[in-house]
Amino acid sequence: MEPILKARGLVKRYGRVTALDRCDFDLYPGEILAVIGDNGAGKSSLIKALSGAIRVDEGSIELDGRPMQFASPLDAREAGIETVYQNLALSPALSIADNMFLGREIRKPGFMGRWLRALDRPAMEQKAREKLTELGLMTIQNIGQAVETLSGGQRQGVAVARAAAFGSKVVIMDEPTAALGVKESRRVLELILDVKRRGLPIVLISHNMPHVFEVADRVHVHRLGRRLCVIDPRRHSMSDAVALMTGAMAPESLNEFA
Amino acid sequence: MATETHGPQGFEAALNRSPDSVAEFEQRRSFVQQARHLLHQTPSLVPLIVLVVSVSIFGALLGQKFFSAFTLTLILQQVAIVGIVGAAQTLVVLTAGIDLSVGAIMVLSSVIMGQFTFRYGIPAPLSVLCGLAAGAGIGFVNGTLVARMKLPPFIVTLGMWQIVLAANFLYSANETIRSQDISAQAPILQFFGNTFRLGADEAGRGGAGFTYGAVLLILLVLVIAYVLRQTAWGRHVYAVGDDPDAAELAGVQTRNVLVTVYTLSGLICALAGWVMIGRLGSVSPTAGQFANIESITAVVIGGISLFGGRGSVLGMLFGALIVGVFSLGLKLMGTDPQWTYLLIGMLIIAAVAVDQWIRKAAA
Repeated sequence: MEPILKARGLVKRYGRVTALDRCDFDLYPGEILAVIGDNGAGKSSLIKALSGAIRVDEGSIELDGRPMQFASPLDAREAGIETVYQNLALSPALSIADNMFLGREIRKPGFMGRWLRALDRPAMEQKAREKLTELGLMTIQNIGQAVETLSGGQRQGVAVARAAAFGSKVVIMDEPTAALGVKESRRVLELILDVKRRGLPIVLISHNMPHVFEVADRVHVHRLGRRLCVIDPRRHSMSDAVALMTGAMAPESLNEFA
Repeated sequence: MATETHGPQGFEAALNRSPDSVAEFEQRRSFVQQARHLLHQTPSLVPLIVLVVSVSIFGALLGQKFFSAFTLTLILQQVAIVGIVGAAQTLVVLTAGIDLSVGAIMVLSSVIMGQFTFRYGIPAPLSVLCGLAAGAGIGFVNGTLVARMKLPPFIVTLGMWQIVLAANFLYSANETIRSQDISAQAPILQFFGNTFRLGADEAGRGGAGFTYGAVLLILLVLVIAYVLRQTAWGRHVYAVGDDPDAAELAGVQTRNVLVTVYTLSGLICALAGWVMIGRLGSVSPTAGQFANIESITAVVIGGISLFGGRGSVLGMLFGALIVGVFSLGLKLMGTDPQWTYLLIGMLIIAAVAVDQWIRKAAA
């Protein structure tokens, strides 16, 4: 099977700091790939390269076998890659609905929308409400309230709902459960599995090993700016994964590669 | 999906019984909290209240002399230019920028409109278009430097202010075009100085007077209010001012938004230049020196945050009107004009303090 999202030899340097060092990456159709690694291993740089937020110095990215050059997150988004960033990328003063539809607003039909460019607020609010209900974010009462009035977990829920609603090829989630409570975390994990059932592959970056081992099909271990190895969470333990990503264990000492 | 090793953990089983309805809370907030919440929702309410209160106070003190349709519409006429420039300033400040070149663009555009007509004999309507294009062009340069070169707006527009003002004096040779010549040969330049009256007596005195410039101010503010609230571009302006990085990641083309904002600001300033010819009658390269500070004053008193992303253009209009009410009211009372500046200064600081207080409602 061919990977849907494939990267080869990605290099990204910030001055004298090397964030990505000839990094490879493969995401196969319909799978959940977890990316784990220590702080500073370059996970975020890898994700930003895949989602168009940074331009790599070297290397190639292919989506569905077609080479991609993402100049901006908008390019990646238009190609069908939707990302939940760690900082969530929400505008505090705008409403929940405005945030979910930022950059892809729905306009009113007819003259008002076509010539006066008027937004169709009721339609956007209704869809936003549906998506949040799917996620179980019942503590959000008013879809028109500003994002800055939400708690950290609710904001994360909004960002996750936005990505899940619009991703068409790949959904990338950078620490989607980091700020969530038990209930919301569970919903996000269920949502991840739900998105997978719909056939969308997911890249999940997380420090939460139980979550990773619960939902991931394969685990990409990132170390020192590159892929150290890929392990199968059903054959290896969490302690193996931690040992690999911290350098306590060499990948050669594993019996086989997943 | 629950297998023995992978799947929900035992304590999570309780989640199945959790309710599925949207949460509702009994709202019990003190009057102050409610007021703050309301002000947070509608940021232009503060300047509106201040405006109404100040009109009432001056009306009580001065009676008919102040509280008449004639005087109140006179205030509107007097703030027309500051208000229009303030609308341009509003757009820029909403993106967390500042435009110090607004006054200079306004003057240069008016000089271009006048000189093109009188020096080169270009038909006046065409000269007006040239002036508008020049304003938009300067704004475009500002926007490009801010958005693409990532230079701070303060620095870019500070430099542009000097450049444009110097270009204005060099080009016009410090020469004023007289009002009589304009009304004889190119009356369209004075278009916005035309007046119509409602409810005047037979001799044409009293009643509400509106210059076309004042009408333009109202229309412009309404259009911008609509665009900012009801269109995607307007929402993007707020998003860029709020958190540019988040907006970029969320798929807003932040650079395009910034370039269009500064270009539009330049265009509106040029429009203000045209209105200024109508107000002064003449074309003077030394006019409008205080438009920068006055427009920023209107924006700040209007409750628009200099940190970007918060406020409304209606607030700016109220802010400009507050300044107009104080100026005219104190003048009618016969006080030293310095009292006006003193009070305006206090208002500016109070406005920012109120802004900070309102923001706490969000937390």
